[in-house]
Amino acid sequence: MDLSLITPVPPTRPALDDADRRLLAAIQPGLPLVTRPYADIGTRIGLSEHEVIARLRRLGEAGVIRRLGVVVRHHEVGYGANAMVVWDVPDEQVRELGRCLAGFDFITLCYRRPRHLPQWRYNLYCMIHGKSREEVHAHLEWMVNRCGLQSLPHEVLFSRRRFKQRGAVYFAEPPSVGSAGEG
Amino acid sequence: MNELDRRLLNDFQHGFPLSPTPYADMAHTLGATEAEVLAILARFKAEGTISRVGAVVRPNTVGVSTLAAITVPPAELERVAALVSGYTEVNHNYEREHQLNLWFVVTAPDTARLSQVLDEIACRSGYEVLPLPLLEDYHIDLGFDLRI
Repeated sequence: MDLSLITPVPPTRPALDDADRRLLAAIQPGLPLVTRPYADIGTRIGLSEHEVIARLRRLGEAGVIRRLGVVVRHHEVGYGANAMVVWDVPDEQVRELGRCLAGFDFITLCYRRPRHLPQWRYNLYCMIHGKSREEVHAHLEWMVNRCGLQSLPHEVLFSRRRFKQRGAVYFAEPPSVGSAGEG
Repeated sequence: MNELDRRLLNDFQHGFPLSPTPYADMAHTLGATEAEVLAILARFKAEGTISRVGAVVRPNTVGVSTLAAITVPPAELERVAALVSGYTEVNHNYEREHQLNLWFVVTAPDTARLSQVLDEIACRSGYEVLPLPLLEDYHIDLGFDLRI
């Protein structure tokens, strides 16, 4: 399959060394729930607690780690309605509109993706979470008006069944793994 | 869910302390004990309220990933969904309300493996797989405000 469109995040893909990779792999399943989690992780991969903390801070500053904290599963905390909304936006407007959509606090993802004509015309995606379908529709209407999207074709794809949801596995790893990803 | 539960869920989705004793620091902020914080987080994890306390990594900085979608006839959906979920490389797999009804995310160490997984899924399922890789990301991820 042609995946030539997949580009590492340009233009400054941060260089990761082996220790960074070991560290990211080690925290994929989550930080251990112990008093000194960074020391615990460090022991497993041969780094000091201080170095684990310094590397995590640097990976955060470099944008490799987008956030460090509690990763909530929306469905389980009462946000049972989840819709992927896809838009067919003229290429020259996609960035501006993407930034507009991304600014709402009920939006958790907002991406540009390639069209697949003729089957699939859409190139801008966002994910809306709400407590009900009505709430998601209300959020959508608000966004459409605020960003001036009334004339753009779009579709709303509510999720129906969740077959699998867990963190991504980036590296071949010993038994238990899991962490972040595109979502 | 009490106030401490709610604050633990909502207030620490980013900015988790990078100190040697992060849970004790959280407890201090919340006016609780470290033991309480650890017990609540362990319960959240066991119940599936949280997937983990950890890092959300920017797509395509470590490994490569793509969203993909397949149009599957309803009668075939369970079979194809199980086939897709069977891959370690697949971390999300949802049915959505659309003719293009099966949506999943594949993450692999490199594009060669990513491509191989997508090809295998197409071949084994018998359906065309649309790869929909990320071209540009507009969202700054600070977690999700549970009070909205």
